[in-house]
Amino acid sequence: MTGSPRAERRILSFWCPDLSLDRWRQMHGCGAGEGADAVPVVLFADTAHGPRIAAANAAAAAGGARRGMMLADARTLCPAIRAVPADPTGDRAMLEKLALWARRWGPWSALDPPDGVMVDVTGAAHLFGGERALLEDVRRRCGRRGFGVRAALAPTAGAAWALARHGADGAVIAAGEEPMRWLADLPVAALRLDEDVLIVLRRLGFRTLGELAAAAGAPGGRSAVHRRFRNRRSAAANPLIRLDQLLGRVPEPLLPIAPPHQPLVQRRLLEPLRHRELLDQVIDDLAGDLVRVLAERGQGARRLELGLWRVDGDVVARPLELAAATRDPAHIARLFRMRLDDVDAGFGIELVRLRSTWTESLASAQADLERQADTLGTSLAACVDRLVARLGPHAVRRPVPAASHLPERAQKWVPPLDSGMVEQGQLRFHARPLRLLEQPEQIAVLYATPDGYPRRFRWRGRVHEVTRVEGPERIAPEWWREKGTARLRDYYRIEDGEGRRYWIYRQGLIGDGRGGVPDWFLQGLWG
Amino acid sequence: MTRPPVLHGEVFGSGNDAAACAAALALAMDGWRSAQARGSLREEQDRRSVLWVQTRKAARIGGVPYRPGLPADVADRLVHVLARTCEDALFAMEEGLRCRDLAFVLGEVDGNPRALDFTASRRLSLAAERHGVPLWLIRLDAEAELSSARARWRVQARPSSPPQWNPAAPGAATWHGELFRSRLHPPGEWLLAWDGAGQLGIVSADALPPMRTGTRHGMRGQPG
Repeated sequence: MTGSPRAERRILSFWCPDLSLDRWRQMHGCGAGEGADAVPVVLFADTAHGPRIAAANAAAAAGGARRGMMLADARTLCPAIRAVPADPTGDRAMLEKLALWARRWGPWSALDPPDGVMVDVTGAAHLFGGERALLEDVRRRCGRRGFGVRAALAPTAGAAWALARHGADGAVIAAGEEPMRWLADLPVAALRLDEDVLIVLRRLGFRTLGELAAAAGAPGGRSAVHRRFRNRRSAAANPLIRLDQLLGRVPEPLLPIAPPHQPLVQRRLLEPLRHRELLDQVIDDLAGDLVRVLAERGQGARRLELGLWRVDGDVVARPLELAAATRDPAHIARLFRMRLDDVDAGFGIELVRLRSTWTESLASAQADLERQADTLGTSLAACVDRLVARLGPHAVRRPVPAASHLPERAQKWVPPLDSGMVEQGQLRFHARPLRLLEQPEQIAVLYATPDGYPRRFRWRGRVHEVTRVEGPERIAPEWWREKGTARLRDYYRIEDGEGRRYWIYRQGLIGDGRGGVPDWFLQGLWG
Repeated sequence: MTRPPVLHGEVFGSGNDAAACAAALALAMDGWRSAQARGSLREEQDRRSVLWVQTRKAARIGGVPYRPGLPADVADRLVHVLARTCEDALFAMEEGLRCRDLAFVLGEVDGNPRALDFTASRRLSLAAERHGVPLWLIRLDAEAELSSARARWRVQARPSSPPQWNPAAPGAATWHGELFRSRLHPPGEWLLAWDGAGQLGIVSADALPPMRTGTRHGMRGQPG
């Protein structure tokens, strides 16, 4: 790819330097430097060594508080300081919203944690009246939402990132322009490197990108720099990779924010399989294919589903769940092989499909696995996916009202993220219990009053004395679905001598011609 | 006056009535309301869901939540999980505590399963505190073993006060609640009443340790 003429991409990078403070100001409904923001305020995060400042407003900065300082130190410098806990979860959620919103400028946007967003605006700038007008639009609209931003536009993500953070505000590297003209004077910190690598570079005497690029471009210079960092594989630790990404010599994949679909690989077999060894071979191949698909996306599989389609139309499914994301084909194939001993191939298997229903970012998640899981919560959808993957689809559900007056049919269960049917507000004529037993349980009435309800009954081996009662509420059977001999129910709300409250009913009436003496049941429990 | 909210509570009670379950729901909703009142999120903006995790055995003993009888705020945002074993229920609760889109998590476990030991409860406490999602664990027919819950209640049903229009009918739910261990408040016993919609009040201190007036333990109510 190097050196070949390619259609140049245009990447917009914008950075909210004070994202968390801006959010805090919005929550208090004040502008910069006014209202609650007029006094020194710092946002702090708890660390192993005590609270440390994550952000400081202008008044606090004037008092001496700096980002990264211990809160106790800042308090000695400026006793009037007001400390507010930082909210990384909220900041992350806001950044996700911003990234989705930023798709107004381009079809594709990516998060640039902790406080930036990248948008691919290739071929879209003319819609906003040119690239400078586009940046002006970004600044104006973000400002209207209360976020101070620095934005830049460049052919590569690396260059846009560097300019947004270290260059002149609103800088644009035009298409076809030599990027080093703009980037040469930026500090090496603009390369998105880890802190320790920056220290190494500073010790080696590199201060600006221009110096580094010149050293790497000199005869033999590139191999010298390469030797120095030969053990550093990841981009964030190797300045040469970062430099090449900055100049567009190597492509830099960025994961867009839209959710990707599930990786799926399959093999249609010319000759139906009837033997185990051949099936194992196919599964090995499929695992290899799936791992290639996953590797392209930088993901690992957490849950897999293997489907075996038989010639006679039967499908055998084998789900598999992994405790941690994996991309090891041998591991996947071995786990499946253990679960295939009981498969009946019948007349043969003609299609084998392997799908990964739960994937996790593997390459990028491993570095900051702890931080991601610890400080940022999951979304409801992700939480439900995890629950469903382990507990099964029928274990996680949501109650919705159903059109029936029979108590056990008045609620039905739907998958948790379904909206269910549109509901017109419920009419609450009658009190309903907090909990309903899965099956009404029969109770033994020991003594009943002449007008119908029991005075004393036994349920689960305990005798209950009824002291308060309300009822009956008569509920007729649904004649359109039940047999004609179904009996009506008379419901009573009762409370016993100790304050326990139940919902009981008598099924049928004496002499209704649909059976003998009616039975009593307990169906619901009140709090 | 802001008091730290209870992020991990336990309510012990009998499986043969719904007092413990309703009390846990009332306490959780009360904490939720006071969190809203503290102003991080306004009530109409708060579209977070509520997770209710039950083991299958607890559901068989005490029944499942019944939507027409739930408080309206909770009814349309309830996500219910029926776990086969206690391990699955613990997994579901922990996943729920990690989720930023949940207002609170209710767990319901029957008896004293081996999996729910001190380590497991400590794990839940840490997850709840880390992510700020409160957990109320309902313990049906259980012994109060070692636990790291920040507030532990024992709740029993009590005869309700007669309602105004039909004195023969059951009235608002009334419980005798004993706070037997808490990090945020001295233990004590109270008579609590709940109108079934969200307002939890203190009926009387029940000739028990004297109460200070005002907000305590995230509860609104007037003594006496």
